[in-house]
Amino acid sequence: MSEPTSRLKRKNPLLRTRLPTLPPAARSRVALGLTAAAALGRFELQQCRDCGTVQYPPREACQSCLSTKIFWKPQSGEAELLASTVLHHSNDLFFRERLPWRLGLARLACGPTVVTHLHADVQNAPARLRVTARLDRAGQAVLVGLPDKENVNMAEDRQLREFTCDPKHRKVLVTDGKSSLGQALVKALAAAGAELIWVGHAEPWKRFPGFDELQKLPQVTLVPLDVTDSKNVRAAAAEIGAKVDILVSNAEIHRTHGIADRQGVETARAEMDVNYFGLLRLAQEFGPAMRARGADGLASAVAWVNLLSVYALANFPPHGTFSASKAAAQSLAQCLRAEMRPAGVRVVNVFPGPIDDEWNQLLPPPKLAPAALAGAIVSALRQGVEDLYPGDVAQEWLERWRDNPKALEKELST
Amino acid sequence: MRQPYDGVVLAVPVTVPYVRYSIRSAHWWLTKAFSSLLEKSKLKKEQIDGLTVSSFTLAPDTAIGFTQHIGLSPRWLDHVPLGGASGVVALRRAARALQAGDAEVVACLAGDTNHVDSFRLTLANFSQFARDAVYPYGAGGPNASFAFLTAHYMQRYGAKREDFGKLCVAQRANALRYAHALFRKELTLEEYLLARPIAEPLHLFDCVMPCAGAEAFLVLSEEKAKGLKLPFARLLGTIERHNAFSADPVQLRAGWALDRDELYAQAGHSPRDIDFVQAYDDYPVITLMQLEDLGFCGKGEGPAFVREHDFTCDGDFPLNTSGGQLSAGQAGAAGGFLGMVEAIRQLTGEASGRQVADAKIGLVSGFGMINYDRGLGSGAAILESS
Repeated sequence: MSEPTSRLKRKNPLLRTRLPTLPPAARSRVALGLTAAAALGRFELQQCRDCGTVQYPPREACQSCLSTKIFWKPQSGEAELLASTVLHHSNDLFFRERLPWRLGLARLACGPTVVTHLHADVQNAPARLRVTARLDRAGQAVLVGLPDKENVNMAEDRQLREFTCDPKHRKVLVTDGKSSLGQALVKALAAAGAELIWVGHAEPWKRFPGFDELQKLPQVTLVPLDVTDSKNVRAAAAEIGAKVDILVSNAEIHRTHGIADRQGVETARAEMDVNYFGLLRLAQEFGPAMRARGADGLASAVAWVNLLSVYALANFPPHGTFSASKAAAQSLAQCLRAEMRPAGVRVVNVFPGPIDDEWNQLLPPPKLAPAALAGAIVSALRQGVEDLYPGDVAQEWLERWRDNPKALEKELST
Repeated sequence: MRQPYDGVVLAVPVTVPYVRYSIRSAHWWLTKAFSSLLEKSKLKKEQIDGLTVSSFTLAPDTAIGFTQHIGLSPRWLDHVPLGGASGVVALRRAARALQAGDAEVVACLAGDTNHVDSFRLTLANFSQFARDAVYPYGAGGPNASFAFLTAHYMQRYGAKREDFGKLCVAQRANALRYAHALFRKELTLEEYLLARPIAEPLHLFDCVMPCAGAEAFLVLSEEKAKGLKLPFARLLGTIERHNAFSADPVQLRAGWALDRDELYAQAGHSPRDIDFVQAYDDYPVITLMQLEDLGFCGKGEGPAFVREHDFTCDGDFPLNTSGGQLSAGQAGAAGGFLGMVEAIRQLTGEASGRQVADAKIGLVSGFGMINYDRGLGSGAAILESS
């Protein structure tokens, strides 16, 4: 059974910081189907529409009936362990630095035999286990065998932490503590065991509602941070940038209306200045130090969370300029993801539907409660998810968009 | 019944001495093997009209590109990229070409180089399945795959590390009598058991050492061999099979188990008649699997069989008489030729110092290509001395 770990010992800052390495990242295009599902926290394997065969490793046609009508379908991951091994040698730098490393050979209840990373709590063969797909530090999906029954400390497994971005024992920056989501995030991260939480506030001379409550949390330190002010962002990064393990970019400006209902570009510019340029400023100032700390021990720099919007997928005309700013931010976040990848730092993009706040007043429910969204973000970090669509509205939009992006555009324009 | 291999013989066993690392290319090693064949057989290059080539590190070339490197114009050519099954399969291809009259003298070559980093690169790009579903899991290459098979075999059939150790120790004793083996030091069972773990339950001496080297032989008609005054061994029977038992959740058997009856029937012999076995031994568990699947004992009786027999050249069951890959080194695809070349030596009386007494019938087995979770190719041949 995994033991609860107390506060992780920090590395002597005078010693050299280990440079990040990545597990092997090359995959065939067909194998990226596993990654596409794992990015959303799903475990899917190829299944034949004609004969029902489930197969792995991925291939271009059904190995049984040769049909090319094969689709990625969710699987339970229920499996039996056939054999396990502990590697004491590897030809690859990433694993060489992390030996010993446990692997399993498991037979899935749905058919295929799979090679899987193996959690320490899975008993030796023969044993039951649950196989899941997780993104590794290279951002590619791998299979991870977990114990059949959950236990409270299983997230502490040394190997599993290489696939997750668990806030436990980590230092987190939440860029805006003023919004209701920001405050919910701070509470959720504190509850998840974050060691230290810096909370940005753009107007440090004001005491926003909830300020006192945040300050009471022992983990919290408030820092002046205005993402529209390049100098200010640089100053904050100079002070804490080399210590941030998880950065949550949640500052946003949200105004209603599209093009025709408004004169001038001031509102749209303000949205862009926070939602797009704010992210760019943060990425330029905090990105380099986080990239350098991608392998800095067990509490290394590990994740960068962007609050986007499901409107980034397709423009929602009643919130037209806001949608455009989030689409721009999403594109930039993809660039950031590519640039953080060599360090193994995961960029988590969050695409919520309408949050239950003042700027979504006229939208009908369901709307996301800030606490629910914060909980979903913490859960995504723990699961190692890369793209999060929290809540029913976001899930529905995602399905509509994946099914037919043009149809969604037409539906939203009427 | 398949057409017999009457009149097909093997001759001129050639080894280009192995080295741990080489700055030469695979082309150099294969060329050395080819020139050694000519030198030893006294044939002129133009008299070789058939060629097979097996190599992992020849890329971007294949057999056809290699013909230009050695200035050869064969009228029959085959590239046999089947790893540990290459020796048996090259022989089978060549034998049929010979019988059909498509070639008269076929040179079968296998060789690979080993640069300091080439083994890692070979592993990383071994197959699409390996790249997608094995290499990202610790980059242990075949070590991890065979660790699973070994662990499962031990659990299922009660094999002990001592059983695998006995095979390794016997093969090392054989290797000490073979000039080209890379391992020159005696191995004791205690050293075997105390070796450092690589991928549990595999320890250091369970794993082959990658190296550079080449092996080759000629396939020709008995009549032609006699005319050239070349000592030869007859081909009595041979089988191959790929991707057998794919529904087995984990590999405990391979194609031999499907085809062995046909092999012995074609050869007109039974396991009892075999004087020595050259098994494919990238890991000792695979040797046990072959002994079972080829009918020397029942499935799961491998451990007991090992405990009952002596596998040295003078023992009651001579096995891998040149040390196998575990003690000679694994020179890439040449590892799939090692047993074949040694069998020809044993049957033509060239195995000085390790000659199996009265060796008349030998069995050579090949096993290759861990594409994903198991070896796909298997093959075997029974040879007879002239």
